[in-house]
Amino acid sequence: MAFSNEDLAIMATIIKRYPRPRSAIMPLLHFVQSRDGYVTNEGIELIAQQLDLAAAEVTAVSTFYTQYKPTPVGEYHVGVCTNTLCAVMGGDAIMDALKDHLGIENDGVTTDGKVSLEHIECNAACDYAPVVMANWEFYDNQTVQSAKDLVDSMRAGNPKPPTRGPNSLVTWKQASAVLAGLNDGKANEGVQAGAPTLLGLKIAKGETK
Amino acid sequence: MTKLTPILSAHWDEKDSYTIEAYKRHGGYTASAKALAMDPDAIIQIVKDSGLRGRGGAGFPTGMKWGFIPQGDNKDHYLVVNADESEPGTCKDTPLLMANPHVLIEGCIIACHAIRAKHAFIYIRGEVTHVVRRVNQAIEDAYKAGLLGNGIDVVLHIGAGAYICGEETALLDSLEGFRGQPRLRPPFPAIAGLYARPTVVNNVESIASVPAIIANGAEWYQAMGTEKSKGATLYSLSGHVKNPGQFEAPLGITLREILELSGGIRAGHTLKFWTPGGSSTPIFTSEHLDVPLDYEGVSAAGSMLGTKALQIFDETTCVVRAVLRWTEFYKHESCGKCTPCREGTWWLVQLLRDLEAGKGTEADLAKLLDLCDNIMGRSFCALGDGATSPITSSIKYFRDEYIAHITNGGCPFDPVASTLFAGAGA
Repeated sequence: MAFSNEDLAIMATIIKRYPRPRSAIMPLLHFVQSRDGYVTNEGIELIAQQLDLAAAEVTAVSTFYTQYKPTPVGEYHVGVCTNTLCAVMGGDAIMDALKDHLGIENDGVTTDGKVSLEHIECNAACDYAPVVMANWEFYDNQTVQSAKDLVDSMRAGNPKPPTRGPNSLVTWKQASAVLAGLNDGKANEGVQAGAPTLLGLKIAKGETK
Repeated sequence: MTKLTPILSAHWDEKDSYTIEAYKRHGGYTASAKALAMDPDAIIQIVKDSGLRGRGGAGFPTGMKWGFIPQGDNKDHYLVVNADESEPGTCKDTPLLMANPHVLIEGCIIACHAIRAKHAFIYIRGEVTHVVRRVNQAIEDAYKAGLLGNGIDVVLHIGAGAYICGEETALLDSLEGFRGQPRLRPPFPAIAGLYARPTVVNNVESIASVPAIIANGAEWYQAMGTEKSKGATLYSLSGHVKNPGQFEAPLGITLREILELSGGIRAGHTLKFWTPGGSSTPIFTSEHLDVPLDYEGVSAAGSMLGTKALQIFDETTCVVRAVLRWTEFYKHESCGKCTPCREGTWWLVQLLRDLEAGKGTEADLAKLLDLCDNIMGRSFCALGDGATSPITSSIKYFRDEYIAHITNGGCPFDPVASTLFAGAGA
């Protein structure tokens, strides 16, 4: 996709956040993904141009980080935590079931382009295990069935909302814009905390049964 | 019985706890106003006196770290907050930032004033979209309220999926726009950190603990905790327990106490092994239920307090499978810079896969330990060291279980029994 003048203006504001332009590589890569869905060669060239770097220098950074995708992912990118704790508590079973249910392997995309699947590492929500992420939003305490229902809802074009996140699931491109540091106005949506987060506080206040 | 002490978590149960209005309702930003009127060195002294130590894993005294920043050097100084929470089991900073990002911003203002920095960067991992929204909005609201922008700026930097960037020098390289690989020390970040300028790198919880210390005084904070581990901290309980969650308690509480408060191990099961502070800290067993969970207590018992990530596994869990999975994680996350870690973690995975599948031999166990010995302490950072912890500690406590895989010709455990939905007709 060609980048518009408006896109270039946004990129300029991202660069201005930092004392030194090169620091903007990471948000700019997220920004490219918000427009193209993945890190395109055109995006790499553009970032290189904006930062006065060689394209190879930008590529070297892009390929180091797993969130930058070299090929298109689904409109809804699903990550199943299979690090030890989630894996043991059901993450492995969920991952196997989703591969089977969607007919794709790890890092695969469904033919309709709606859902992609990736096994992910610990996502800092262990008190909500097993955890599934979609476009890096939390789906806590999943089961095989709830995870299948989730991807079905995505393929039907009406994804279930995250457990701790905005009122509705945004697309991969929209989430990438948030990760480029752009405010989508949804910070005030969703809960402030889930039940496990509040457990110690409730016990301290004598509010548990 | 140790009592829980909600300080950081005190108002998380209010629906709008993440807004600037809610934060101010409970006295938010009065500590930074007080601090800005103080001599920076006096702030450093209070933080030193409070006994606050780094909550990201290493436990280095926070005030001392701030004191290392050279003064009057006419260089820019930087504060960098490590919000790249990725250590397996660790889940405290993420809910903290979701429920109350302003306490971190207030901490940044105080810390910047203390170390004479005009710029703070919050490096947050990229896999938590909604937390990014909350922190970004909080920064915007702090600017609108005139709390930022008058000599102190805070920039949110969002990572992109690399565990190694939680290591402070790799984080700095990443923030400078490079691949996130650790630097050789010295020089330490206090002398040559971000852009080769004096830099303090602190964990989210460490910086977020500062406003309450400034508001209530060093003595108040000192009164909590144990002799050398002062204050209160967030313990994160997860795994095979009846009720997982966050528990803010004085340092030195024990796992037995936390389990008693929270309802214990899941019904009908018994504790087998656990981590005191994430997967990089050697595992404990039921022998260690009464170890005081402070820096010295855990260390004396042969592990590390780390991030206080208490991952609990019951008797249905195969320790070899658990350790293999952690090892695969370290192999995947090794940045590739140092040979012992890059190559060593690869070989550890090969051996453990064979052992778990029942294709290993007793000689492989010796080889595993030998490899660990050759990885430990031989790289720029501690990632490789962390990779050896689950292996050496599990062989120490569960050697018989490794042997059982060899003699059985496979894993003797049913993975279904250890799932959360076991028996529920998954």
